[in-house]
Amino acid sequence: MSSLRRANRRDFLKKCLTGAAVLGASGRMGLIATAEEEAPLTKSRVVIARDAMLRGAGTTVDSRRMLSLLDRAMQALFDRDDPSETWKKLVRPGEMVGLKVNALGGRGLSSNLQLVEAICERLQEAGIKASDIVVWDRDSDEMEHVGFHMATSGNRVQCFGTDRVDYEQELVTHGSVGSRLSKILTQRCNVLINVPVLKDHDGAGVTMALKNMYGVIHNPNKYHPNGCNPYIADLNMLPDIRTKMRLTICDATTACFEGGPGYKPEYSWKSNALMVSQDPVALDYTGWQIIERRRAEKGLKTLEGDKRAPHYIATAADAQHRLGTNDPRRIAVVEV
Amino acid sequence: MIARGVLLVMLGVALLLDTSCKRQAGTEQSLLPASNQVAGWAKTGDTRTFEAADLWKYIDGEAERYLKAGVQRVSTADYKFQNEVDATVDIFTMGNAEGAEKIFKSEPAADVKPIQLGDKARLSSQSIVFRKGAYLVRIVAYEESAETQQALLQLGQGIELRLAK
Repeated sequence: MSSLRRANRRDFLKKCLTGAAVLGASGRMGLIATAEEEAPLTKSRVVIARDAMLRGAGTTVDSRRMLSLLDRAMQALFDRDDPSETWKKLVRPGEMVGLKVNALGGRGLSSNLQLVEAICERLQEAGIKASDIVVWDRDSDEMEHVGFHMATSGNRVQCFGTDRVDYEQELVTHGSVGSRLSKILTQRCNVLINVPVLKDHDGAGVTMALKNMYGVIHNPNKYHPNGCNPYIADLNMLPDIRTKMRLTICDATTACFEGGPGYKPEYSWKSNALMVSQDPVALDYTGWQIIERRRAEKGLKTLEGDKRAPHYIATAADAQHRLGTNDPRRIAVVEV
Repeated sequence: MIARGVLLVMLGVALLLDTSCKRQAGTEQSLLPASNQVAGWAKTGDTRTFEAADLWKYIDGEAERYLKAGVQRVSTADYKFQNEVDATVDIFTMGNAEGAEKIFKSEPAADVKPIQLGDKARLSSQSIVFRKGAYLVRIVAYEESAETQQALLQLGQGIELRLAK
């Protein structure tokens, strides 16, 4: 039974990947596609997992269904049948894992609590001690406001904002960015799992993986001019971010297509999905397309038409940054 | 004698300053109704006020839009309606009515309907946004129910009365 399931799932994934590759190539010049047949492109995988019944008949996300949704997403990303195997590929016992959530949007549009609990559960099953996991963002009050319970000691998952430990005194720089990093990032974790929310952003166009790193520095307010470009890309080049980042699990249970990053119900929709990838640029590019599709459905201008296309995504992919790819031919979108 | 006079004058000035600060704080506070000043609505948290320079601490990423429109401060508090619906009220004090209008007009009217409240208002299934003079008010509910819209409307009307005073 289990091998049958394995065969079926792998076949399915192959079909998805092939389909994505065809879709990606079909919009491009035939010559490129021909060249790729001879030298296949390395693709960044972005998994979109959906569950229309994630909330059952109510409005709150069901914890069991969330865990199952996360498992499906991770299994598709790592091509594994056993959920715990996927996490063992990602982390090792003894590592200190930080979950950088996003509580900025307030209730309604912050990293989902059930999702964070599900990630913590799987991390512990993979051998990470509860006290070696820290759920964090910039401010404890903001986190409490959206439902996180602070914990700073004991043998349990730690949860607090940078306000509890402060930022490093030393300024770190790259390109246009000069900032002090959260001590949670520099001292409390050697693995970073990014847990942003799929959102429109008034200044940057969209905010997901890359932009969520504004929450790890003391001066994000300085980096909003010019659509946050090149600040977002430069920030993600800082070694503490770049070397520790292993995975992005983007919460798209409730997503926002306009008026972000704060919660405005009239511009949000219950997408009941997760997006996971190890390539933050590919994830952001894919999420951007999702937001554009929703904007089109609602009769809104494109972000380009609204003069706020997220150009920072291309900057993050350019030769000076190489944080990932924004080339659809190099992104395999897998929907499960 | 002269020293005592100076001391009295300083004390008087200090008292005057203290009173004006309290009055100002009281004015901001009073814009947000206390529990049950609007039927069914309980205020569940303290009022938090962010001056323009600190607005990013509350709405990082959106602050620039408000700053360009001349925001002076925002006061915010959480509410609950009949133990069922949670909501947050934001009252933005802009420099003038044009600033409030600028923010109001910048937001597309998708899935909303115009209603009579303040100078201009729109209502969705879980939110009300209205402007009145130099104020822009946003009320967001976190649950959708048959009663939500009507409850939001009543809270909005309660706040509008306070802005008119």
